Amino acid sequence: MEGFWAVFFPVLRVWFTCLVVLIMLPAMFGISLGITETYMKILIKTLEWATHRIQRASRAEEILKHSASNGEFIQPKSADHGDFTLSDVLYFTRRGIESIVEDDVTQRFTSEELVSWNLLTRTNNNFQYISLRLTVLWGVGVVVRYCILLPLRITLTAIGLSWLVIGTTMVGFLPNFRVKGWLSELVHLMCYRICARGLSATIHYHNKQNRPKRGGICVANHTSPIDVVILANDGCYAMVGQVHGGLMGVVQRAMERSCPHIWFERAEMKDRHLVTQRLRDHVNDKTKLPILIFPEGTCINNTSVMMFKKGSFEIGGTIYPVAIKYDPQFGDAFWNSSKYSMVSYLLRMMTSWAIVCNVWYLPPMAQKEGEDAVQFANRVKSTIAQQGGLVDLAWDGGLKRAKVKDSFKEQQQKKYSHMVVGDDSRFPQP
Amino acid sequence: MGSRASSLLREEDIEEIKKETGFSHSQITRLYSRFHSLDKGENGALSREDFQRIPELAINPLGDRIINAFFPEGTNKKYTAREDQVNFRGFMRTLAHFRPVEDNEKNKDLTSGEPLNSRTNKLHFAFQLYDLDRDDKISRDELLQVLRMMVGVNISDEQLGSIADRTIQEADTNGDMCISFSEFTKVLEKVDVEQKMSIRFLH
Repeated sequence: MEGFWAVFFPVLRVWFTCLVVLIMLPAMFGISLGITETYMKILIKTLEWATHRIQRASRAEEILKHSASNGEFIQPKSADHGDFTLSDVLYFTRRGIESIVEDDVTQRFTSEELVSWNLLTRTNNNFQYISLRLTVLWGVGVVVRYCILLPLRITLTAIGLSWLVIGTTMVGFLPNFRVKGWLSELVHLMCYRICARGLSATIHYHNKQNRPKRGGICVANHTSPIDVVILANDGCYAMVGQVHGGLMGVVQRAMERSCPHIWFERAEMKDRHLVTQRLRDHVNDKTKLPILIFPEGTCINNTSVMMFKKGSFEIGGTIYPVAIKYDPQFGDAFWNSSKYSMVSYLLRMMTSWAIVCNVWYLPPMAQKEGEDAVQFANRVKSTIAQQGGLVDLAWDGGLKRAKVKDSFKEQQQKKYSHMVVGDDSRFPQP
Repeated sequence: MGSRASSLLREEDIEEIKKETGFSHSQITRLYSRFHSLDKGENGALSREDFQRIPELAINPLGDRIINAFFPEGTNKKYTAREDQVNFRGFMRTLAHFRPVEDNEKNKDLTSGEPLNSRTNKLHFAFQLYDLDRDDKISRDELLQVLRMMVGVNISDEQLGSIADRTIQEADTNGDMCISFSEFTKVLEKVDVEQKMSIRFLH
């Protein structure tokens, strides 16, 4: 036993020194040593080779690019109107069966299917044995991911989070306002950078001149809780959310000490008026950081943008839209909250190859004359969808858990009735 | 086969489904993942609620009838363990009706007898959407029910009644005030049923 400890401690010391020098310090100051770039290059080359082998073994499957249906009306007749015929049911039936085979909405709540395999069994639904070399490569990948990358990442995240709590608490004690603000931003940035390294996140920011300014509202599409880390890596935001207990609660309270965020009690969230008022107060104070809001209200799988809830668009500040698009080749960032808990989700994140994403800052938008909140929300949503190359859907993300409203069915029925009875004079009077 | 709770698809099952329905191997595995993703309870079978969770189906005026088509009357043990559940075999059998007819030339591997996606079988599927009590006749009431589903509250009872009467009058040849399957087939003679009741299945 003695011998084990004698070997273990020096190894641990070396491990920590490497960690601090090679990863933490550069991360804290925002410079890069190029290690991640080299890692990514090797990874891309390996994945290309693996894909090549799979394609030799079997034909690559096409992905059906289904045109987005936003509950559009099913057309039972070739003309605009006509009498009822027995064949009218055929159209409704066909559309019904098509939606059973594949529909636009339920597929947004599960992870995206990849065209080519990225050596993670979790992303391949049709895993078949192809060749020995590929399986060996996959095995090597498992070892690398679970035994080398995972401990590294866990250590980094732990350091990042503890630094966040300690740093913000320390800054919280300072009385001087201006220096405090600057220091608090520095602490936040450093911690988020360390956390980002803890996920091996490579982020490309585009159009930095459009970065959200104080007194504004930053609006983005939502894929996972990691979105916060991704955005906060490049700027400081005031977070909005529910007060949690446990570890999250500790982090929240610490962050609150150094600069104002907006945390709601569970009961307060029900009162929409109160929520809007607090947000409005924050926005009107031009010295406070821009608010970060995800108007979809739930995590979507990053292939589409779903309905934006109008609440955030009624507050009245300038909206800064941001589009976030993850590259699924290196790791699937989507959090399927009905399938995985937060902890197992984070574990999956930390055992992926890397998180690679693109962030586009879009020019600020404001509500136009005569435009109501819903139309404004849709306009912002389309801009984000277009920039990120995502499908723009009008369906509500809440459909993940809730049933669709009856009013949509009634709309369909109304349209059909109009077709059939449009021309009243043709009907025999009783 | 039958009502196993396991969610793995065995090669023998795939072969049997291939013979019965005419789908290709990759189509079957792809539809299996779809079946699996709809099966929230993970018990190898779909209930009516599982179907209703698809928003586009829930807003379809005939949604309930289409879902009904997956749950045949009586428990044929091959396709349903219980009356309110359908397993993958039953799921595929119903979907097989919507295979395009041209696909049959590519796949000669079917059991003898008419393929599930023949014109007659497609018409029979549509017929059964109307014929709820399965007495091989569409009565005036059954027709009214389907009409009511499609128009909602927007048309009065009298108007709907006259539409139903007119339809039966035009179709009924033997004067029993009901539409039998052969009368139904005659009415839809000129309609391109093969095209209207086929959907594209990815290979």
